Amino acid sequence: MSVIDTSQPPSQPAKKVAEFSSPLLLGEHSLCPGCGEPVALRLLLEVLQELDIVQRTIGVVGHGCYGSFVRIMDVDVLQCLHGRAPSCATGIKRVRPDRAVFTMQGDGDMVNEGLQEVLHTAARGEKITCVLLNNGVFGDTGGQLTATTVLGQRTKTSLEGRDAEAHGHPIPVADLVAGLPGTAYVARGTVATAGSVAQTKRMLRRAFEAQLSGAGFSLVEILTMCPTGWFVPAPDGPGYLADSMEQAYPLGELTT
Amino acid sequence: MTLELLEGSTAIARSAIAAGCRFFAGYPMSPFTGLLENMSQQMPAAGGVCLNAESEIEGVNMTLGAAAAGARAATGSCGQGIALMQEAIAEAALNETPFVVFNMARNQQDYFQSTRGGGWGDYRTITLAPKDVPEAVEHTQLLFHLADRYRAPVIFYGDPLLAQTRVGVSIEALDFGPLPPKDWVLDGTGGGTGRSRQIWTWAMGKATDPGPGPDGHWRAIADKFDAIDKVESRFEQAHVDDAETLVVAFGSAAKFVEYVVDELRADGHRIGWFRPVTLWPFPGEALAAATAGVRRVLVFELNAGQMLDDVRIHAADRSAVRFIGGVSIAESGLAYGELMDAPVIRDRILAAITGGARP
Repeated sequence: MSVIDTSQPPSQPAKKVAEFSSPLLLGEHSLCPGCGEPVALRLLLEVLQELDIVQRTIGVVGHGCYGSFVRIMDVDVLQCLHGRAPSCATGIKRVRPDRAVFTMQGDGDMVNEGLQEVLHTAARGEKITCVLLNNGVFGDTGGQLTATTVLGQRTKTSLEGRDAEAHGHPIPVADLVAGLPGTAYVARGTVATAGSVAQTKRMLRRAFEAQLSGAGFSLVEILTMCPTGWFVPAPDGPGYLADSMEQAYPLGELTT
Repeated sequence: MTLELLEGSTAIARSAIAAGCRFFAGYPMSPFTGLLENMSQQMPAAGGVCLNAESEIEGVNMTLGAAAAGARAATGSCGQGIALMQEAIAEAALNETPFVVFNMARNQQDYFQSTRGGGWGDYRTITLAPKDVPEAVEHTQLLFHLADRYRAPVIFYGDPLLAQTRVGVSIEALDFGPLPPKDWVLDGTGGGTGRSRQIWTWAMGKATDPGPGPDGHWRAIADKFDAIDKVESRFEQAHVDDAETLVVAFGSAAKFVEYVVDELRADGHRIGWFRPVTLWPFPGEALAAATAGVRRVLVFELNAGQMLDDVRIHAADRSAVRFIGGVSIAESGLAYGELMDAPVIRDRILAAITGGARP
């Protein structure tokens, strides 16, 4: 056991964890205060670094607020059509099987527009990692109902709250994917608390490990705060997420 | 040169692989199915991948991904399935991802779809319409070259005759000259260098290295297609110099027209034919020159009159243009109807010459 030498000041001054910045970030994000997506981006970039795959990784990014991340992430990226990221990633991985390939998609992108793509890609057992940033609302267009909007959630297209009779039920896509034989790893995390951030990072790491070992398809759903789209004050986002989305979408690993 | 007796779909698949195609994805639909089956059977031995995609939309987006990663890639379908692919074809035109789309069409009703496009934005798709299987073999390889040269999706306009006719052909790799380096490909090595690569229709670049953005990028794309329009049009013509009547047709229909015109020449008629080999860019200047001295320009195509628009735009005298084609579909819906027949075409041409043509 090594003992920290306290006879001298440390060679580097102390830094708040919150001030750490991934060297893969090329600039500041432009999303709303209280948004969970930049935290998820940071976790993803940290995992790429820790696995030492930065220079053999290709990302495919869909359409949502997180789409602006392609300007600030120092990773080779294809910005693809809405919902089609798993198909594009399939083409990339099949011709470059030695690369790590991931998608970054929101709930509108993956569960509304691209449900077919993600299900078939999982069933084919494509060795890619899909990252779903699920805030249960179309954030980019200002807060409308998505396929994952939880019952009771008010949106601009469900002003009185999502009602199953009128708007249908939300789709737990990670659970669907977890039931498919081609799937190697599926987990659902969040970035609402410090503890859940650490847990979600471990999930991302395991998902990429499943891809790199050739085990099959992997998906990590990350519940992210969208106080703007939920019409709550920014500081209330994490608590609101725990009371609403976490109740509908339990956290944890969904594959054994 | 050794000739082999091959079905069109087999010959086209082998030609694509000879051109270096190593990724193919498609969804079965007659008469495209034969090409997909051949690709599926031949690609593994070439070290490539062929995926039986779950939909045309998935197939074309897989192809876009493979092309973005640097492979020579292709997809295909028939007009109806190509309709589903339009979003991705437009996207690839605007984000400059090159691949080949094989439209093994059921008829000639996809001319507008090929030359006008169904996607959004200011783009065009180079479209080659071979008249027979040997030309299809050559066009297949030329299309991969043109796609890479211009970083754009391109279209092969085929039909049931090209897909299903057995012809003696020779398949070997053709050299169309040097190509620009693929220095834009996403190979995954850019991460962490500060110069990571990006393929993005909006071309906004990285925070540290801004791109032109949509305004500048889409202007450049439009300029690129203008430049292609000026240099890539191809055509064939015969008996034009002394012709009083010129018949314009494309694809398989042009092969029938060529035969009929030769017959009518032998009978003493002053008649010639003109065939756009590229549907886009349309060989407008060449058609203007070919129609300068003629009394009538007859357009024969198996649809309600689609190429007719381009002929009217470019003919020296548009009042001389007459349409002698029409919709003609076999009872199955999968092939040409009775209009694709030399005696019928001959009757329609003669009727037009004697003044009975439909306006």
